[in-house]
Amino acid sequence: MAAGDGTGEYGTTGEPAAGGDGAQTGDAARTGDTTQAGDSESGRRGGWRPGRGRATRADRTQADLESMSPPDPRYMLEVRDLRVHFPTDDGLVKAVDGISFRLERGRTLGIVGESGSGKSVTSLAIMGMHHGGSAKLGGQIYLDGEELVGADPARVRRLRGSKMAMIFQDPLSALHPYYTVGHQIAEAYLVHNKVSKKAAKAHAVEMLDRVGIPNPQARVDDYPHQFSGGMRQRTMIAMALSCDPELLIADEPTTALDVTVQAQILDLISSLQQEFGSAVIMITHDLGVVAELADDILVMYAGRTTEYGTSEDIFDRPAHPYAWGLLSSMPRLDRARIKRLVPIPGTPPSLINVPSGCPFHPRCAYAARTNGKSESEVPPLRSVGLGHEAACHLSADEQREIWAELVKTRLSPAVRSREDA
Amino acid sequence: MSAPQSQPETASVSSSPDTLLSVTGLTKHFPVNRGIIFRRRVGLVRSVDDVSFDVARGETLGVVGESGCGKTTTARMLVRLIEPTDGQILFDGRDITHLRAGAMRPLRREVQMIFQDPYSSLNPRHTVGAIVGAPWRLQKVKTEKGTKRSVQDLLELVGLNPEHYNRYPHEFSGGQRQRIGIARTLALRPKLIVADEPVSALDVSIQAQVINLLADLQSELGLTYVIIAHDLSVIRHVANRVAVMYLGNLVELADRTELYERPRHPYTVALLSAVPSPEPVRRTADGRGGRRDRIRLVGDVPSPLNPPPACRFHTRCWKAQDVCRTVPPPLAELAPGHMVACHFPENTPASN
Repeated sequence: MAAGDGTGEYGTTGEPAAGGDGAQTGDAARTGDTTQAGDSESGRRGGWRPGRGRATRADRTQADLESMSPPDPRYMLEVRDLRVHFPTDDGLVKAVDGISFRLERGRTLGIVGESGSGKSVTSLAIMGMHHGGSAKLGGQIYLDGEELVGADPARVRRLRGSKMAMIFQDPLSALHPYYTVGHQIAEAYLVHNKVSKKAAKAHAVEMLDRVGIPNPQARVDDYPHQFSGGMRQRTMIAMALSCDPELLIADEPTTALDVTVQAQILDLISSLQQEFGSAVIMITHDLGVVAELADDILVMYAGRTTEYGTSEDIFDRPAHPYAWGLLSSMPRLDRARIKRLVPIPGTPPSLINVPSGCPFHPRCAYAARTNGKSESEVPPLRSVGLGHEAACHLSADEQREIWAELVKTRLSPAVRSREDA
Repeated sequence: MSAPQSQPETASVSSSPDTLLSVTGLTKHFPVNRGIIFRRRVGLVRSVDDVSFDVARGETLGVVGESGCGKTTTARMLVRLIEPTDGQILFDGRDITHLRAGAMRPLRREVQMIFQDPYSSLNPRHTVGAIVGAPWRLQKVKTEKGTKRSVQDLLELVGLNPEHYNRYPHEFSGGQRQRIGIARTLALRPKLIVADEPVSALDVSIQAQVINLLADLQSELGLTYVIIAHDLSVIRHVANRVAVMYLGNLVELADRTELYERPRHPYTVALLSAVPSPEPVRRTADGRGGRRDRIRLVGDVPSPLNPPPACRFHTRCWKAQDVCRTVPPPLAELAPGHMVACHFPENTPASN
């Protein structure tokens, strides 16, 4: 797979940022002159303008150019070797460092990871919202065959809101307190469609009704503070869906909500997906939420993919020690209570100083089995089963053996939940 | 400054010697005022209404509920950070409900609190040493080995490097900060620790570390915990007994196993079935996901400013009948140690 090759190539030197990037102008190790390089670039494009987050041809690595095979038309979204780096005073923050995934229409991809693993940065990159910031983007994002990373910001703006839309985590800060919810829902519809304000408002009422807000005729003129948390999140969903997007990104859509309301919102997202047939990316740290909605799961750690596979792969036969760690460190209601949780030792790494080799090796209980390889070499994403990939130096046989004999036995046996009886 | 030694020895109501904390009819109403010159009361937020429970020595009581159910207000009243409107709090047989700040001070050695947000609960301008040693300074306690050595012992106890004594909170990650907060609560060797959402701000992998730490400290130091959380799976893991709150009321109180296996209050049943489980949902061939059958509560929690009459859950309850709207259900013991406030409880021999 081309994208996987890209990751491997990018990482084999062990010093990921410096490896094989001869063609890059403003990227990576030479943090010192990044700004300058960025400026001269914009100079070439004719004067300064807020377009620094955009990758130009020159920003592309050799690997990128090689993997420029045409996008597969089956996929609504195809991300290849995406990199988002932020130059800071303390060094280069590699928030996302070579991730690839594919998403078909009507399917849901769950992106799981801890805070700082790059989940949200990935979603913002897809939405083209690093424009004007200090971010350096690399790789490709194909939305329905159209490349977005190097695309004109004006073009991306036309797509954003109509073809792709996003639900943000905290509805209270994502909604503008000064405008009515109706105004905010109608705004995107007015921008992307040639309709009258009256029609747009009628559409807003319809959307509110669609997402289950009682008495939408009256509530459309309310302000966000008059809504409860769950209703605000429904409003955010109505806003995102107002132009029937083909790709919907939900960034921690239920984290700020109570469990009973969370269940309502998850139901709503999945039934709207059935209705609109859109592709959904669900970003969350809650394994319960992804298991509920996702067809495929991408596990991220320190800006990289550790494991990518179907939901069953990740939960029933996880191959990466990080996934094992996550599964054995969480208390679960659907299993018998275990006396003691097995946490992952240590803390997530700083993205400026990502550990050498496998970024997870300082916290990995099985790092010793790789004969020091995990400290010196970045593990490439390898296939460990049909459509199941993991970035780990352990061989597929070792992984299966450890999972079956050491990890799975530690997890408590499933108990049939009460309600099913 | 020094605490007046004349402690108002209010009637030390006798309760079972095993009971460390006993709460009866605890109530907190916050007035809502309007007007600048003529302040008048226009409403009352009934945050906590008539909550009663006991906590035995060495046990962990978990309190769960959704946001706005009054669990944090309850926690703060237990440590007397909020003045209760009504009710009684007995700690170790003594009535501490209305102790003045001075009389309360010696008691602060015995009751400590762990806060939710490890970022805002530590003073960014103090070193770890100053933060963890503050309780001794404030209580004018001389430690055996001197403050520095004792702080380092505490840091070691909670799994931090004692050499980090002179560092500032910003140099630590969220999980480490929560450990600093825990070290501070342990400084005075309290009997009771009230922890308000101690792990909810932490990542999954770090959560387990802190949960294990709390368990280790309990068995090592014989602590008693009241742990407040919204995460039902965390509560099942840490608590011996669990109290479920809804809109300021205690709706169910039972042993952990009892509560999770045979929940009786419809709210508890709904709450438990709403928790998504990390088990992939097998999709059926027609594309419609094989989503679990579960009880879906409609709507949101009503405002505590104007809670529904009688049973406060009746607006969202699928079993509600006329009696629920008129007669408040009493908290009754339906099984040994299993208290439920509901007219039509689930999982009872009669209802099944």
